[in-house]
Amino acid sequence: MASEGDRRPDLEVEARRSRLLGGLSLEAEGARGVAIALLSTALFLTVIVVAISQSPGWPEVHRVFFGWHDITSTFPEIARAFVLNVKIFVVCEVFILVFALLIAVLRSLPGPVFFPLRALAIIYTDLARGVPTILVIALLGFGAPALQLQGVPTSRVFWAGVGLVLIYSGYVAEVYRAGIESVHPSQEAAARSLGLSRAKALRFVILPQAVRRVIPPLLNDFIGLQKDTALVGTLGVIEAFNQSQIDANATFTFGSYLAAAVLFVAITIPLARFTDVLIARDRRRRQASGAFA
Amino acid sequence: MSALALEGVHKSFGANEVLRGIDLSLEEEEVVCLIGASGSGKSTLLRCVNLLEPLDAGRILLHGEEITRRGVDVNHIRQRIGIVFQAFNLFPHMTVLRNVMLGPREALKLGREEAEARALELLGRFGLADRRDDYPDRLSGGQQQRVAIVRALAMRPQLLLLDEVTSALDPELVGEVLNVIRELAEGGMTMLIATHEMGFAREVASRVCFLDAGLILEEGPPEEIFSHPKEPRTRQFLERIVQAGRL
Ligand SMILES: Nc1ncnc2c1ncn2[C@@H]1O[C@H](COP(=O)(O)OP(=O)(O)OP(=O)(O)O)[C@@H](O)[C@H]1O
Ligand SMILES: [Mg+2]
Repeated sequence: MASEGDRRPDLEVEARRSRLLGGLSLEAEGARGVAIALLSTALFLTVIVVAISQSPGWPEVHRVFFGWHDITSTFPEIARAFVLNVKIFVVCEVFILVFALLIAVLRSLPGPVFFPLRALAIIYTDLARGVPTILVIALLGFGAPALQLQGVPTSRVFWAGVGLVLIYSGYVAEVYRAGIESVHPSQEAAARSLGLSRAKALRFVILPQAVRRVIPPLLNDFIGLQKDTALVGTLGVIEAFNQSQIDANATFTFGSYLAAAVLFVAITIPLARFTDVLIARDRRRRQASGAFA
Repeated sequence: MSALALEGVHKSFGANEVLRGIDLSLEEEEVVCLIGASGSGKSTLLRCVNLLEPLDAGRILLHGEEITRRGVDVNHIRQRIGIVFQAFNLFPHMTVLRNVMLGPREALKLGREEAEARALELLGRFGLADRRDDYPDRLSGGQQQRVAIVRALAMRPQLLLLDEVTSALDPELVGEVLNVIRELAEGGMTMLIATHEMGFAREVASRVCFLDAGLILEEGPPEEIFSHPKEPRTRQFLERIVQAGRL
């Protein structure tokens, strides 16, 4: 068994730093490094802009996609519709995080007694990840309200949300599972040896370590979910994508699509940067305490 | 009545029969050292006593109560038997204090104040009071292992199992951990210790058991085992140890 005591904190930290230099951080390179980065970026962008604007189809593309007026005039309406996307995203995410954790825990139950539950969890994640999201949303969004069951909501948005939760829980459960499996079995042995039940070992020792390790991939799935809220538009619900489609049909240009894209990106890019910040902060905290697990 | 008794304990991993009928008993306040080559089954034996591994045959009794019988409350048994591992196995996401308090809080269901008082008292006793808010990886190996011992002691176990607790340490850190164990032995803690530290075994053990291929081949007081081993295999083993400069 490899001993944790054998690892050298200072070496680990060094390795991390040199890896960092390959990333976005330029501080360590000094002023000269920043200058070089700016210059090469400017050069790179110039080449791209020149190449595109010289292409034969550019004037037409420019008119259809980049009409400034088309973009700005449709923007407010699409932004209002976009509120629904954000709502769906936030509400679904909460349910996904809880539901997926439940599935991941079911899948990690040991022993033959729990075989049916494990099998169920595996079948579920396979199905959730195997079926196209748009199909599930169509099935539930159109099908469930059509049943006209007593006490069952008839809102298409509701059912589309259920669809997103079902699909994304499959992915997120797998992320959690990877985290759970990355925690060394000796941690569970240590917890159980204190007389903690398996449930308590999971809650206090395994899950806290597992979840910490998978925050970046979890946020990746958040980003995917935020984009996929556009699929709700296929049910005829007015959200950002559907609204931009309506506008595109009215103006015969695609500027409205660009407006919608800007809105999505306005959420997803900060999320991506936030992921990086979290990773960096976790690393700093660990370095501050000399920790590196 | 023995504090611990193993009767005909068998344990296999697949086709690999690791324990092949172990009989062993410890009296109250006795310190027994298990020695034997790597792979002879020392860790497996300790893990079986802590019910971390199920037996294939045989029984284990703790103060006369069979702990390997069906339907036993394993969590309750484990609360009475502490184990310290070679690789410490501290919880890296918890501070030293929380590592030590987890068992008393969540297994013994003590109140926060009582658990904290108990943890601080032990940390203080073993020179770790100023480390209470550090994360484990901030500590030296010796300090980590002492925290691991304190974590086990915080449960006030009737029996302490130590599995080569100094093997992962740099040589200069071994002493501080051995001192802790020495102190526990003097305090009357019943201990079953797997170790490669022959000098230490000779000093603290009331009895030494030589484990070979899943059997206790020879056992007796340390001076007998180390100075006049009867079995040729024990002699061979000790000669190799002497050659490696560990005795
Ligand atoms: N979980 C396991 N699954 C399969 N085989 C195992 C397992 N644990 C131990 N073994 C095997 O059991 C045998 C005894 O291992 P054990 O760890 O008990 O020996 P040990 O005396 O503690 O050795 P060391 O001095 O190296 O710690 C070895 O052959 C090992 O490969
Ligand atoms: Mg071992």
